[in-house]
Amino acid sequence: MTALGKLFRTTTFKLTLVYLTVFGLFAAFLLGYFALNTRRLITEQITDTVNAEITGLSEQYRQGGIRRLVIVVDARARRPGSSLYLVTTFAGEALAGNVTALPPGTLDNAGWTETVYKRLDEADAADHPEHHALVRVFQLPGGFRLLVGRDLDERERLYNIVLAAGRWSIAIVIVLGLAGGLFVTRRVLRRVDAMTETTRTIMRGDLGGRLPVAGTGDELDRLAENLNVMLERIEALMRGLKEVTDNIAHDLKTPLTRLRNRNEQALRTAKNESEYRAALESTIEESEGLIRTFNALLMIARAESGQARDDMSEFDAAEIARDVGELYEPLADEKGLALKVEADTPAPVIGNRELISQALANLVDNSIKYAGTTDGNVAGAAREVVVRALNEGDRILLTVTDCGPGIPERDRDRVVERFVRLEQSRSQPGSGLGLSLAAAVARLHGGELVLADNKPGLKSIIALPQRGPVQISG
Amino acid sequence: MPTFADISGQRPFSRVAEAQPDRVTMRLLVIEDDRDAADYLVKAFREVGHVADSAADGDDGLTMAAEGQYDVLIVDRMLPKRDGLSLIGALRGKGIGTPALILSALGQVDDRVKGLRAGGDDYLSKPYSFSELLARVEVLARRRVGRSEETVLRVGDLELDRLSHQVRRKDEEISLQPREFRLLEYLMQHAGQVVTRTMLLENVWDYHFDPQTNVIDVHISRLRSKIDKGFSQPLLHTIRGAGYMIRDGAR
Repeated sequence: MTALGKLFRTTTFKLTLVYLTVFGLFAAFLLGYFALNTRRLITEQITDTVNAEITGLSEQYRQGGIRRLVIVVDARARRPGSSLYLVTTFAGEALAGNVTALPPGTLDNAGWTETVYKRLDEADAADHPEHHALVRVFQLPGGFRLLVGRDLDERERLYNIVLAAGRWSIAIVIVLGLAGGLFVTRRVLRRVDAMTETTRTIMRGDLGGRLPVAGTGDELDRLAENLNVMLERIEALMRGLKEVTDNIAHDLKTPLTRLRNRNEQALRTAKNESEYRAALESTIEESEGLIRTFNALLMIARAESGQARDDMSEFDAAEIARDVGELYEPLADEKGLALKVEADTPAPVIGNRELISQALANLVDNSIKYAGTTDGNVAGAAREVVVRALNEGDRILLTVTDCGPGIPERDRDRVVERFVRLEQSRSQPGSGLGLSLAAAVARLHGGELVLADNKPGLKSIIALPQRGPVQISG
Repeated sequence: MPTFADISGQRPFSRVAEAQPDRVTMRLLVIEDDRDAADYLVKAFREVGHVADSAADGDDGLTMAAEGQYDVLIVDRMLPKRDGLSLIGALRGKGIGTPALILSALGQVDDRVKGLRAGGDDYLSKPYSFSELLARVEVLARRRVGRSEETVLRVGDLELDRLSHQVRRKDEEISLQPREFRLLEYLMQHAGQVVTRTMLLENVWDYHFDPQTNVIDVHISRLRSKIDKGFSQPLLHTIRGAGYMIRDGAR
């Protein structure tokens, strides 16, 4: 497709053509109407004057006979101007006037005619053009005929001026319109082309590309901005997906390899039933762990895809804090920790109760796991884990604080990622997915998971908007 | 998590069976299109003393379930010809109320809710352990007998009054936290039956997720210390590789 062809196919250009046609027709109609009306007005004026003159002249004739009429007409005919007069006998012989070369028969019909003529003083000059005139022939008593008329050149000139003006203005409208249309179209086309180019590079796999924003805040800018936000999200999702695949590859393959090795070893070296049995038992145990990891991954994927949004209702987050606290209290107690719940004021929130419970459970589980180890607690700090539900403006906070080793600030972003486990926690059981799930659940609800320093220990906060997730609107 | 630590002999599930001397024989129908899985289930159910048949697609399953006198149906959710949910729906439409347990690879909460709304009585997501399935099936079969209406539950010399919320053992009052009471109530409702950790989590706490660390075990051991400590005859038993059971051991 040629550049011009492309230009002509754009919506803007087509729109320009439509507008141009509409405006052109409108201008033509307006000017045509104006021209016709002017013409009609002039004709009316001519008719009125001619009628008045004929009345006047026939009065002269009635009073002074043909002699007087001839004198008056002769005098009037000599005045310069567009008035035309002719007095003839019954036979058509001119007695007075300034008109000649009328087409034959003109004088035979009384009444109005549009005719060609020559002025008497130009009659001999062959190169003089014929003039047009509107004339009225009047039958005088006694067989004389009186012709009074007006030259129409003036009317035609005016008419032509208006027509010419009309043609010019239409031509200018078309030229300006086309030029403007092309200009706007090219501008729009350039921006759209730039966007198309960016989308192509993105489609080729480079997700880092962003659509150009001109900064004018017009509809194309808004579109580009929204598309950029969408690209941002897609890129984040793709990055997440890649991370997950990498992590799955690592964290699922490792136990699978272990499982396979053990089975092969058992086949090779086991001597009696009890050794086979032990190998089978460890296989089942290992697969249990794999299933758990798998379930957790599915849960996170589901939370991140936003499917669980359909499953939301209003409930009291304080109740969840109490329930989860109650569920984990004996476990904390067994680890020598006091689990306290501070959730006395209701904290209503819209969300997925099950997922939020699980997210909070993961945080509590985490705190008990790390603060509960004998060397985990900072010397002198209270051996307790506190679960709180708080109202903070239009958000509710579910917080879990402990006095354990905490998470160094530089690692706080990293631990939320899937399968990330800090070196010092490798010895603890767990999949490394607990915090990832809590973060995914918080994001699903339009909130966030914040890990902070409890000085000493870890303070994990799930902050949720009270009204539930709000769809981002442009 | 359950392991099959000390299963002995050729019948791997016999140990679970031995733990329940008052087990009654059930007639079970497994509707599952995966032949291997179906054969495994039928064989395993027969080993623990139940009668089990299998159907390989939704239409056969519906015909057999409608004709045969089964105690519990085990229905795979995705079946050829007619899917599990519509099978249960058709059955309920005919006025047949045989308890049905849905097996599904979809394990999310809303899938579960859909399954239960379609007329299923329980939902177990794949992969599952046989002991978990067995425990749930037996609870479903027993539910028909209707023990849930009794106001006073008794196991041996342990007595739980559901109206006054009082628990006594040998005339000695035992004070329990509300949740411990719910836990004991659920166990006693299913006295003589294996109750798994997930069943407890679902029915006592109403949670359908995996709480990573085994919090249930700690709750059980607390409850045990309240009802069994100081008595020569323990009532609350741990069934290895499966879960827990409350029963009168003196019998």
